[in-house]
Amino acid sequence: MNNKKSLTRETAAGRNNQVREGAARILFLAAACVSILAVLLITVFLLVSGVPAIAEIGVFKFLLGTVWKPGNDIYGILPMILGSLYVTSGALILGVPIGVLTAIFLSRFASKKMVSFVKPAVQLLAGIPSVVYGFFGLVVIVPLLGGRGSMLAASIVLAIMILPTVITVSESSLNAVESSYYEGALALGATHERSVFSIILPAAKSGVTAAVILGIGRAIGEAMAVIMVAGNQPRMPQGILKGLRTLTTNIVMEMGYSADLHREALIATAVVLFVFILIINFLFSLTKRGKKA
Amino acid sequence: MKKQKTIAFFLRLAVYLAAIITVGALFFLVGYILVKGVPNLSWKLFEWKYTTDNLSLMPALLNTILMTLLSLLIAVPLGVFAAIYLVEYAKRGSKLVSIIRMNAETLAGIPSIVYGLFGMLFFVTALKLGFSMLSGALTISIMILPVILRTSEEALMSVPDSFREGSFGLGAGRLRTVFRVVLPDAIPGILAGVILGVGRTVGETAALLYTAGTSSDTVSGIMDSARTLSVHMYALSQEGLYINQTYATAVVLLIIVVGINALSAALAKRVTKRRI
Repeated sequence: MNNKKSLTRETAAGRNNQVREGAARILFLAAACVSILAVLLITVFLLVSGVPAIAEIGVFKFLLGTVWKPGNDIYGILPMILGSLYVTSGALILGVPIGVLTAIFLSRFASKKMVSFVKPAVQLLAGIPSVVYGFFGLVVIVPLLGGRGSMLAASIVLAIMILPTVITVSESSLNAVESSYYEGALALGATHERSVFSIILPAAKSGVTAAVILGIGRAIGEAMAVIMVAGNQPRMPQGILKGLRTLTTNIVMEMGYSADLHREALIATAVVLFVFILIINFLFSLTKRGKKA
Repeated sequence: MKKQKTIAFFLRLAVYLAAIITVGALFFLVGYILVKGVPNLSWKLFEWKYTTDNLSLMPALLNTILMTLLSLLIAVPLGVFAAIYLVEYAKRGSKLVSIIRMNAETLAGIPSIVYGLFGMLFFVTALKLGFSMLSGALTISIMILPVILRTSEEALMSVPDSFREGSFGLGAGRLRTVFRVVLPDAIPGILAGVILGVGRTVGETAALLYTAGTSSDTVSGIMDSARTLSVHMYALSQEGLYINQTYATAVVLLIIVVGINALSAALAKRVTKRRI
């Protein structure tokens, strides 16, 4: 009798447990799907609010138009597309060599003590907010370059900002190269430097490429630091010491007071930026897949 | 042989020079802000109410703390639960897992201004939350979700399988195993990720400009518009008249962010040390 009672209680507890397990599983699954939902929502909302404007303006007029004059309802974003590409290229030219060389330093040259000093410095660089970078650019770099916001100033600030990304990702791929490669090169009579540069660096190529691609993503998407140093004139880029405007800054500058088609054109600018980022993400996953094979 | 040596010398020189430039850039930036900013720190900057006279950063600082807490409240459960699903529940190599990972990676790559615009279109306008703390926090929480998800995933994966097997062997169910055995062991790793998320929240500007707005008062509720410290600093620097106060605000912001990052790094270090 007693036995029977406890048995039923146990099965009830068991069923209770099963329900709880099932509910938890669904809850966790739902949380996991939030990422998918977020990407979907972002894509849908940007497209729905941006694409009609592109259609109304005309795809070619919008993407290849060289004049941006919202006052006259002229919306060509070629200057901003080129602005973003130029500023990012400049940041890469300055930042990638320094970043990759610093990664080589950390991975193959520095003593343990030096690593324990340089590494936290790199991490710190990654944590500094973009407004602080922008402000530093505004009060230090811009005055050095003639006192006006320019493409070069923006490229320098962005070059510093992408350093941590480039360094961390390249360093881990350099560290992952098998030591037998290096030892083999030494055994063949190569110097330490030569072994590192002609054996280890090529072996870490896909990781370094991934680092550069991530750097591109960071540079092209940066808004606040660029807005403070780039000058922001909505015209075709005219030289490295002249001001220009990027896709990101175009949005920040004018979103506050825009309305109607102007506002939609700004959202369409974000759509173009979003497409750039998707392409960059795609390239990044390609290099990662290449590494696995 | 001699040529070999000169090449080696120049390569070595380039490597050292690069490291010096990297560290030098950091020291110059931080040093410059400190030297210019510290003398401008004054009690006026920390008065409770913001006026155009004292340019107090206190309301913005309080808003930043509230914004961070609110964002974590949303993002941490989502991120940790998602990580639990990926590591503890999903079958290894399932299609859904790779789709979720791909989407999380996509989220991690989206620029903050795009988040800002999305937040404005979705939370502010479509859900009618207006320029508010809540809109800002929701936007930020999507932004820091991938950071928390990835670090939690790594922390959970680093828990040895023997822990789980022992727990199952004692008759515990999956749920109990996760919460009583796996999660407690993974907490320092998860915390390191959460703190990184805090760092990103504190430093964020672009995603908040058009979601939380720029009202300079301390909020009285989550439906109020509020500027965080970063937004406050941007607003000050844009006006161009208050360069000294901007330096001082930058110092405060820098100290907070540096402290947060150091905390996260120390935690992460403790985790790896324990593993070895």
